[in-house]
This record gives sequence, C-alpha cells and structure tokens, in this order.
Amino acid sequence: MNRHPIIEVRNLDKFYGTFQALKDISITVHQGERVVICGPSGSGKSTLIRCFNALETHSSGSLTVDGVDVFEGSKEIRRLRQEVGMVFQQFNLFPHLNVLENLMIGPIKVRKISRAQAERTARKYLDRVHIPEQAEKYPAQLSGGQQQRVAIARSLCMETRIMLFDEPTSALDPEMINEVLDVMVELADTGMTMVVVTHEMGFARKVADTMVFMEDGRIVEVAPPDMFFTAPASERCRMFLSQILEH
Amino acid sequence: MRTFIGRMRWPDYLILAVLVFFFGYIWYTIEGTLNYKWRWELIPGYIIGYNADREAYFANILLQGLAATIRISIYASLLALVFGTALGIGRCSKNLTIRMLARTYLELLRNIPPVVVVFIFFFFLSQQLIDALDLARWSRGIARQEDIWLWEFFFGDMRRFPSIISGVIVLALFESAFVGEIVRAGIQSIPKGQWEAARSIGMNRFQELWYIVLPQAMKKVIPPLANQFISLIKDSSIISLISVQELTYKTVEMVASSRMIFEAWITTAGFYFVICFGLSQLFSRLERRREGQG
Repeated sequence: MNRHPIIEVRNLDKFYGTFQALKDISITVHQGERVVICGPSGSGKSTLIRCFNALETHSSGSLTVDGVDVFEGSKEIRRLRQEVGMVFQQFNLFPHLNVLENLMIGPIKVRKISRAQAERTARKYLDRVHIPEQAEKYPAQLSGGQQQRVAIARSLCMETRIMLFDEPTSALDPEMINEVLDVMVELADTGMTMVVVTHEMGFARKVADTMVFMEDGRIVEVAPPDMFFTAPASERCRMFLSQILEH
Repeated sequence: MRTFIGRMRWPDYLILAVLVFFFGYIWYTIEGTLNYKWRWELIPGYIIGYNADREAYFANILLQGLAATIRISIYASLLALVFGTALGIGRCSKNLTIRMLARTYLELLRNIPPVVVVFIFFFFLSQQLIDALDLARWSRGIARQEDIWLWEFFFGDMRRFPSIISGVIVLALFESAFVGEIVRAGIQSIPKGQWEAARSIGMNRFQELWYIVLPQAMKKVIPPLANQFISLIKDSSIISLISVQELTYKTVEMVASSRMIFEAWITTAGFYFVICFGLSQLFSRLERRREGQG
C-alpha cells in the first residue's frame, strides 16, 4: 500500500479526572483507508475518534491529523475540523434549519462560499445520499435513517477528506440501518478515508481495510478483516465476535 | 356560565356569602364612617378631557400616563432583551471573568429591593448619562420646534424626554437580570450535541452560539420572555419614584389635586389589569397556536 499516513496516533492517553479512558493508543490511518473500530461499550472507541477532530482533547501522547499536530489550544484545529467530517450517533441535525440550510450553513459561514455555490453543492450531496426530494423539509419531519443521511451529506458538503462515524446506526430502527449503511458503502467506493465505530459486522466485512478491536481503553487487535473474522489473535476479540455474530 | 352555576355546591355558596359579607362591610365602612363622596362621573374626564375653548378632545392626565407606561414598557423591554441576552450569553461563557461579572450583576439585582435598585441606577447611571449627553438641552430644542408629532408619538411630551429615557434605562437594567436568567436557561437547554455538530463543521464558539444554539434557545424561551414582559409592565410603576410621568405617577398627581382617592386608584388598577391580563391571554393563545403547528 503506497499511501501516505493521514492520521497518526502515538502513545495517546486520555484521562477524565483520575479515570483513564484511553491507554497508550498508537495507530496509523492511511489516506483512502477504511478503518472499522469495534469493541464492547465503554472501551473508548467513541472517545478515540472524538479525539481525531479534537472534540475531546487527549491528555498525553501525540496526534497528527492531515498534517496538523492536534493539541489543546492549537490554532489549526478549526481548519482541521473543516477537513474532517463527523457523523454522530444522535444525528445532531440543526432542528431550526431545513435540510438544505443544514447542509449550506457550514460552507457559507465557515468556508465563506457563496449561497448559490453552496446550494449547488448541497443538492449534489443530497442526490448522493438519495434524498433530493427532502431538501425543503425540517429534520423533525424526517425518519431517523433520512436524518442520518442528511447528517452525512452535511459533513460531505464541507468537502472533507476524512470522515469519522461514531456509531452511525446505533440509534436507528432496524429497518433503517441498511439505507444508511448503503450510503456509507458508496462513500467508501469513492475512496474517502473513513474511520467508523460500529457493531455492524456485515458492513465491516464489506468495506473495511483494517479492523481494530478495543477493550478497556486499549487497542487489543489490529488486523485485516479476513484475518480478523476468521482467526482473531486474542481470546477477548474472539469472545466479542462470537457474542455479536452469534444469531 | 350556565355550566359554572350548575356545578356550584353548597361550599361555593358559603364562600361567596362570606365574601359578599366582607366586601359589603368594607363598603358600608367607606359609605357610612368615612362619609366618602363617590364621584365616578368625573373619571372619564380625567381620561379624555374636553377643551371648551378649542372645542376639541384631548388626552388627559390618566390617558397620558397610560400612554407613557406603554411606551416605556415597550422600549424598556426591547433594551432589556438586548442586555439580558448579552447577560445570558455571559453566564454561559467559557471565560471565568465574564461569567463572574454576569453572575455578580444578577445576584446584586436579585438580592436588593427593586426600589433601592431603581434609585441607585437612577442617581448613579442614567442621570449621569443624561447629563453627559446633554439630553435635556437637546430635547428642549426639539420641543420648541414645530410639527413634532412624530417625536411626540414615540416619546410623548418632549420636555419630559430625559425623564422617559432614564425611566427606560433604569427599568431595562433592572429587568435584564431576569431576562438574562431566562436566556441562560434557554441556552443550557440546548443539547451538547448541537454545539458539537456545529464545532465539527469548523465553526468557532461565536458561530456555534449565534447560528446554531441561540436561535433554538430564543425560540424555546419566548413564553417565559412574554411573561417577563408582563412583569415589566407591572414593575414600571416603580419608576414613578424617580418622577417619570407614567401611569402611577400621574395617578398620584391626580389624587393630590382631585382627592378622588378610590376612584383614581381603582381606575388605574383597572388599566394595569386590562393590559396585563389581556396580554397574558393573548400570549397563551399564540402559544397554543404555535404548539398546534408543532
């Protein structure tokens, strides 16, 4: 793989008071790579990817994202966040704005792009997530799956180079999970760098280049999916997989 | 009405009887003991007077006072909204100094009696401001001009302009503390995810607040703000103490000259009640409609 690293984490620790949420994390994500992070709840997966766009600040260790050294108080962080999209478990759409405005507010206010240009971009990405007809609606009028697809489009409208997904399907009703995953698979096909925290192992098998298993604030295993699913090296990973794949 | 009477039981009649007796007794005392002469028929003349020389009606003392109260309440609430929003934002600031300043202001206003606050604001702030801007001379200049109906529509008698302005400022500063608390509660009711979503598309703290959080917060706090506006109308009677010629002040004046103590105060109470009750009915109807829309 002749790609250059886009996220580099070295010996990262994260404390909440005396509780250590992340322990000595080191991992590299390359450009265009699709990384799926899984693990039991409370294992620090979400905390880790929230560090990637500085929604959480790490306590020690180094973190470089897209060439930017991330640390608390860095002036570069806001520029970095424009390059790194984040999709949340609870969608977090802006309820007072309609779908189109949700997509346009970032480009207009942050990137200072013209309204007309921003609207063209917004409609393009609404097409991409298959809901062009919902442009004028408000988030509360949409189903969960549609809301999450709007949230993905909102990040894409910033012309991001990296997409982070924090359990994007966990708050969805089962019948809506696939419409979101389909959009994510299509996004993966465009060569986007993606880091996804999820328990959707079918999705992981289909798109992941690298599987990461976390437990108790540590990275326990990093492996390509075929190895990860067939012959996990660690006992804990094997147990976790048997729990979520059984049935 | 019919159903209301239909639902009356004997305790209701008992309570009503006691009340009728009580007020009847007071009435009897006033009528008999005080030998008070009611002159209700003169009240309308104090609202709308008739100038026999010019053969024209004019707004008399009570109506002037009412108009002043309405003007002052509207201006003061607009100003209080601006101050209060700033204060509410300050209370949620990440900066400790700003947060402490906002908190101090709020606690001072909450724990000092309104009348004392009004005097302090008047002597220490608005009076100095008016002197510094030389507002008195400026407004006398306007009062001497002709065709100043637009000024008078907005500010009443221009010779009293400085007094109105200090009344508005004092009232606004006083109410802004409460508006500030309402706005703070509104801001804090917005889920953390909204800030995070805004942050993760690269917004700075001000943009997160201004484009994302504040519009949602303000929409949520419209009902309490509307109630605060009604409170403000009632509180505006306090500024009669600093000789702002609003409804309460004018009533005091009228009582002094006409000695119609009961009629004047009952009329004034009626004015306040009609305005405040009317507004509260209107606001709750608007709110129901808003909720109906979802």
